[in-house]
Amino acid sequence: MADAKVVSPHEILVEGALPADAASIRLVRSSDADIPLAVISVKPGAKSNSFLLTTAETLNSQDNYQLTAKGVDQPWEIAPSPLALVFSVIIGSALINNFVFTRYLGLCVFFGVSRNKDTAIGMGVTFTIVGLLSGMIAWALNTIALVPLKLEFMQIIAFIGIVACLVQATDLILKKVNPILHKKFGIYLVLITTNCIILAVPLLNATSGATMLQAFGLSLGAGLGFALALFLMSCAIEKVNMAPVPMVFKGLPVAFIIAGLFALSFLGFSGLKVA
Amino acid sequence: MSEHRTPPPVSTMLMRGLFEENPIFRLALSLCPAVAVTTSVKNGLMLGVAVLVVQVLSSMSGSLVKHIINPKIRIPVFTLLIAIWVSAMDMILAAYFADIYQQVGLYVKLIVAFAIIISRMELFSMKHSVVPCFWDGLGMGLGFLVGLVLAGAFRELLGSGSIFGIAILPFKPLLLVVLPAGGFFTIGLIMALFNWVDVKRGHKLPSGGGGAHG
Repeated sequence: MADAKVVSPHEILVEGALPADAASIRLVRSSDADIPLAVISVKPGAKSNSFLLTTAETLNSQDNYQLTAKGVDQPWEIAPSPLALVFSVIIGSALINNFVFTRYLGLCVFFGVSRNKDTAIGMGVTFTIVGLLSGMIAWALNTIALVPLKLEFMQIIAFIGIVACLVQATDLILKKVNPILHKKFGIYLVLITTNCIILAVPLLNATSGATMLQAFGLSLGAGLGFALALFLMSCAIEKVNMAPVPMVFKGLPVAFIIAGLFALSFLGFSGLKVA
Repeated sequence: MSEHRTPPPVSTMLMRGLFEENPIFRLALSLCPAVAVTTSVKNGLMLGVAVLVVQVLSSMSGSLVKHIINPKIRIPVFTLLIAIWVSAMDMILAAYFADIYQQVGLYVKLIVAFAIIISRMELFSMKHSVVPCFWDGLGMGLGFLVGLVLAGAFRELLGSGSIFGIAILPFKPLLLVVLPAGGFFTIGLIMALFNWVDVKRGHKLPSGGGGAHG
């Protein structure tokens, strides 16, 4: 079947038998299929049997569109490439909506382990791996079992169960397979259970009805974002420990102020977009 | 663990949660909601009440089952108990307070992972009977509620010039405080205030500053 994709903010390249008449073509966003987007002109493309549509509205290459034409039975589905989709979700959850600095999740662990660089790196790595695993398992359970069986009200209990089991299992396996690694990272595994991010990721995926790729992107992005935040914070805290901080601000209060400054600078990422 | 310790007097159990061991500003537990939902008093109040109810119910049910569970698996059992109460709370709030629930819904679900609840079950419910657990849960829950409302009032007044949705100031003094960063600043400042009050009352700060329990 024919192929179609967004090539520039106002142009769509369509392959296949398309009537060369703008009035008989209907273009909609898949999210709101009732509102047609005006097509200004249809021009033959560079290859044979391909056409270049020009639209009045600005198109986003990350959106899904649907194209129908009179006399053609099958509609064209316009979707971003899977790789671009995953990448934009990762960037979105790691930088633009960083879980620590803009969604304020995982703060207990964040302030607990950001006191020196080594623990921050250990926690970041462990969390990214376990978070990715639990995110995918929770997504699979939700899509295969909970949604078809209408058991959505069990989500909280099921997801916390998965996290607890996974952490225990990883702990046991790591202890048998690689005791040295376990000695280094075992302590962080236990802490992961009290990290809200690990529970927030499956819940966010379930609420938004994410596809497998989106769930993968969010789980990985959340972990990477958390690891980045931890590392940045531990670098700052190591410096602040040398500085003469007013007595009542020592410890957590000043850590909060620093986190606030980081959050301010992360606001700058809000303009970031995958083209 | 089978015999009960004598519980402290009710007033001590209540006041401990409110000031000396305030879950947010002193113990520094469950900070995520303290920063996240306190953009207005209403949101803070709603989550505070949710946590209060879950805390009281979990503490009491934890105390009831402590004799029939193997101590080795108490953490998973406690987590499941909390998850059950949170699910119930989640559904009630979604049904009756739909508009606020849209903003704080995720954080209501995340009460499961709040360290304060499980730490109270572990430290208090394991050693005491049901009635003291009720008072302890109430004190801790109230301390949490007060913390959220305090931070919410501060941020709403400065950020939107209103309290509880009622306009007090004709302008928005500091838009910064309702931004993500403002939440961190607010909590940091209130924590420092708690420390300052403590120093003025002649107490010595715990080493490493207040709330260093992570």
